[in-house]
Amino acid sequence: MKKKRIATASLAGCFGCHMSLLDIDERIIDLMKVAEFDRSPLNDFKKFTRRCDIGLIEGGCCNEDNVHVLREFRKNCDVLVAVGQCAIMGGLPVMRNAIMHSDDPLRECLDEAYRASPKVMNPDNQIPNDPALPLLLDKVYTVVDVVKVDYQIPGCPPSGDVLWTALTALIKGEPPELDWALIKYD
Amino acid sequence: MTKNSVAPDQDTLQFTVDGEVFSAKKGLSIMDACDAAGVYVPRLCDSDGLVPQGSCRVCSVKQNGRTVAACTQPLEDGAVIENESLEIKNYRRDLVRMLFHEGNHLCPICEASGRCELQAMAYRLGISQATKYPYLQPVRPVDASHPDIALDNNRCILCGRCIRASRDVDGKNVFEYVGRGIHKRIGVNADCLANTDASIDDYAMSLDVCPVGCIIRKGEGFFAPIGERQFDHGPIGSEIQHPDSRLIPVKQYDPREDS
Amino acid sequence: MEPSTYTQGIVQEACRRFGNDAHRMMDILWEVQDRLGCIDGQAMECIAAETGSYRVEVEGVVTFYAFFATTPQGQFIIRICEDIIDRHAGVEEIRAAFEKTLGIAVGQTTNDGLFSLHLTPCIGMCDQAPAVLINDLVVTGLTPGKVSKIVSTLKKSRNLNDIKPQSKGGLFKPGEGNNQHPLIRSMVKNNIRLAGEILLNTYSPEAGLAGALQQTPAEVVEMILASGLRGRGGAGFSTGRKWQMAAATEAEERYVICNADEGEPGTFKDRVLLTEKADLLFEGMTIAAYAVGARHGILYLRGEYRYLRPYLEHCLEERRKKGLLGANIGKTVGGQYDGEFDIRIQIGAGAYICGEESSLISSCEGRRGEPKNRPPYPVQSGYLGYPTVVNNVETLCNVPRILEKGISWFRSIGTSESAGTKLHSVSGDCSRPGIYELPMGCTVQELLDLAGAKDSACVQVGGASGDMIGRTEFGRRLCFEDLPTAGAFMSFTQTRNILEIVDYYMHFFIEESCGYCTPCRVGNVFMKKGLEKIIQGQGEPSDLEYLKDLGKTIIETSRCGLGHTSPKPILTSMKHFPLVYAALLKERPDGLQAGFNIQHALDESRIIAKRRSLIYDPDYSKSEKAD
Repeated sequence: MKKKRIATASLAGCFGCHMSLLDIDERIIDLMKVAEFDRSPLNDFKKFTRRCDIGLIEGGCCNEDNVHVLREFRKNCDVLVAVGQCAIMGGLPVMRNAIMHSDDPLRECLDEAYRASPKVMNPDNQIPNDPALPLLLDKVYTVVDVVKVDYQIPGCPPSGDVLWTALTALIKGEPPELDWALIKYD
Repeated sequence: MTKNSVAPDQDTLQFTVDGEVFSAKKGLSIMDACDAAGVYVPRLCDSDGLVPQGSCRVCSVKQNGRTVAACTQPLEDGAVIENESLEIKNYRRDLVRMLFHEGNHLCPICEASGRCELQAMAYRLGISQATKYPYLQPVRPVDASHPDIALDNNRCILCGRCIRASRDVDGKNVFEYVGRGIHKRIGVNADCLANTDASIDDYAMSLDVCPVGCIIRKGEGFFAPIGERQFDHGPIGSEIQHPDSRLIPVKQYDPREDS
Repeated sequence: MEPSTYTQGIVQEACRRFGNDAHRMMDILWEVQDRLGCIDGQAMECIAAETGSYRVEVEGVVTFYAFFATTPQGQFIIRICEDIIDRHAGVEEIRAAFEKTLGIAVGQTTNDGLFSLHLTPCIGMCDQAPAVLINDLVVTGLTPGKVSKIVSTLKKSRNLNDIKPQSKGGLFKPGEGNNQHPLIRSMVKNNIRLAGEILLNTYSPEAGLAGALQQTPAEVVEMILASGLRGRGGAGFSTGRKWQMAAATEAEERYVICNADEGEPGTFKDRVLLTEKADLLFEGMTIAAYAVGARHGILYLRGEYRYLRPYLEHCLEERRKKGLLGANIGKTVGGQYDGEFDIRIQIGAGAYICGEESSLISSCEGRRGEPKNRPPYPVQSGYLGYPTVVNNVETLCNVPRILEKGISWFRSIGTSESAGTKLHSVSGDCSRPGIYELPMGCTVQELLDLAGAKDSACVQVGGASGDMIGRTEFGRRLCFEDLPTAGAFMSFTQTRNILEIVDYYMHFFIEESCGYCTPCRVGNVFMKKGLEKIIQGQGEPSDLEYLKDLGKTIIETSRCGLGHTSPKPILTSMKHFPLVYAALLKERPDGLQAGFNIQHALDESRIIAKRRSLIYDPDYSKSEKAD
């Protein structure tokens, strides 16, 4: 059987889902027998080398770069999978949407993060604004808000067992069914 | 042959659930009869010891072909109940998803995670895949005025268990519904919770009442480690479900297996 | 904080007038709001103290009804009817005119405390749209020019009487018939285009009542049962059966309630009956009371029709004077009956759901107008736990006529399953909008022809909760066995945007859902968002399946009639106008969500960062094409 090509990316997430992928432990040897990684922070490939069978997305979209990467993945992957709560429903970053009622939510968010909060030490009162920094979006979007997604793997992060079960199914071309004990949102 | 041990006589009636025959005392709701028979009907707004109100609709079942809320609908003699049919399961999934998308249910940061009935219900119903439902991401005010209790209304699923517990058990009426429609929420009997007679010792504030993480007991968060929380060991409803009955959990692919 | 003595004084007075009875909460709240301009936290606390309830319970009631306010309102509360018919009649211009002349937006109050501006769903004036309510006063057939005259008059005189219609001079002319009665004095028109044999014809007053009192109550019930009279509110339940069940329930008291909460968009027939046939209605209620053994009656009048109240109270008073209400009704009409019966009027406060009978009962009891669990049904345990018959205005108006003219006369009109006539409230695109009384079973096309709706492409039958049908269905008959209707009949030509109509109805249901049960509270919001996506051209073919599925869940699992019908605007229009939807749907093979707009999502950031996007502003990203 031809090996399946898998690409992964971490958008507005904490990298925990990627770490969890390493929790499949020695099963990674079995995985490498049936799959190989293309674009992924695991192998530091920054670009797609060719079309992939499976794309795994960790994290939602909080800036323009996230959107760009996500659209690249949609374009280059046959099956796109949202992995983890941030990708699925925004996760922790989406808490910033709780100030969407404000007249100027993004400014309020930046002020709170870099100036106003009592825990902040920022004598110059500067908000980081290097031209290399991607622009923030007006709010945090889930992966499904931006592109169509074929499957989800819930969890924060999904455990190594969950990822293993789901990946095994996906590599076989089946939907990632999860037993009751494997469905977790935390 | 009926499965449970109520002897058939004038005070009992017969019914079937998903094809299995049971008998029950007359005058029970469908849910109470099913509970007694060891058949679990999923529920969120109903809780032991409180008057059922039929608002979450998760306990929807079919009685003789009509969809009704099991917690408030009287059981009819000879009733044919559908509890685990695909159609009913799909309704329940839709309803639980609606609740997830209506509020802000950030399980990873919520102290109720692992003992949250909404979350446990979603697990039981096998909800793992996306819907087209939008997230409403409400911004309702959080009331942390009380020294021992905080209310995060963004997690509220409007089950009203706290209302009934405070009124009927504590005799206090700390809570009541205010507003209507999608703006409906739980109000407190003053301008804020601190100015009510709410106490941390009220039944309404106990862990049994709020099924989600809306009523927060300050200083007690995350008291049980992961792996030792209420629903870490078995699905919600295990305590009601007859040990011999077909196990519910949930090797299934959603959404919509019937398409 | 201690409530001011002024607030306290007014609240105490209001509460005392209604016996400090929490069940009269609606009346108390109306009184307090009329005098204080709103019901704020202090007032709620006082009301709770006076009526032995909790503040949060009072708050729950206040915040349930659209016409009660918790923040100070102007002396003149202007409620613009935003129904689809009014929109088509140019209500946007009316709204703009009000906003401009008052200098406030909808939802606000002027600084001088004179005016508040609100939107409100159908106020029952679709045949004379656009219309607004100013406090209790109805103003119809508005133009932007008239708006500025109204505002300048009120600013000058601060007296609502100055814009009331006058037969000579004045801004507005009074309507016809009883609208000119000194206790109504309204510019509202009846627009009775076709009077049928039963309801709008002349009749012998009290003949039906006299006939009833010569029979036993059980015989009267039997007669109504045999007449085949069915509820005119839409559901079509047998009226006789309802009475029979209420009469059969053992109880010390029974109640008869008339449902005059005519909230279904596009319906206004009850308004005309209340204006022209109030005595017929009260006669019907009295017969119903005799038949089921009730001593108390309630007329639940929607808040929008409060302008009719003085007249209706006068009618009741006249009937009391004549001995047709109160003790010994029988003596007056020559029978032996020495029972008593009286009627009070309960005013609603802007809640469509209160047209549902158990919600209406909740509201009469001074509670949030939420439906009750059934069983027990109202005929077993209704108002305050007593067996209660709730009948529609039109239903009750049929009753004296059946008693007067007999069963076979009644059954000779209409069809076998649907005896009698039906009042249709016709509005929309037609030359003769108004009230038509036709035998049950007339076709949609017949009514369209009568109303002068020449090129109707679409008819909304039965209001928002009814069916949206197209030309191929115009041969269908308006009766219970084919196309049941609560009385609304809105005609639309091809020039109207069907999805705009549907979108408005979904907006209506979201606003009017009580929020008690999950599917109706949340599901309708999702239905509307799904529809909006299609309207904005972002829909895909799979969205139709999604809406069908979601609609089915809402219909199946909702607790009351509102949720059982709220997806219908979308579902019936999808069925009858598939091409309207298909034209807007597109497959999107690129896998991107059309609803996500990266430029829009970056706008704010560009302003704050004072720079442009490296990726999505083309002149910045020449090497890498923006996706």
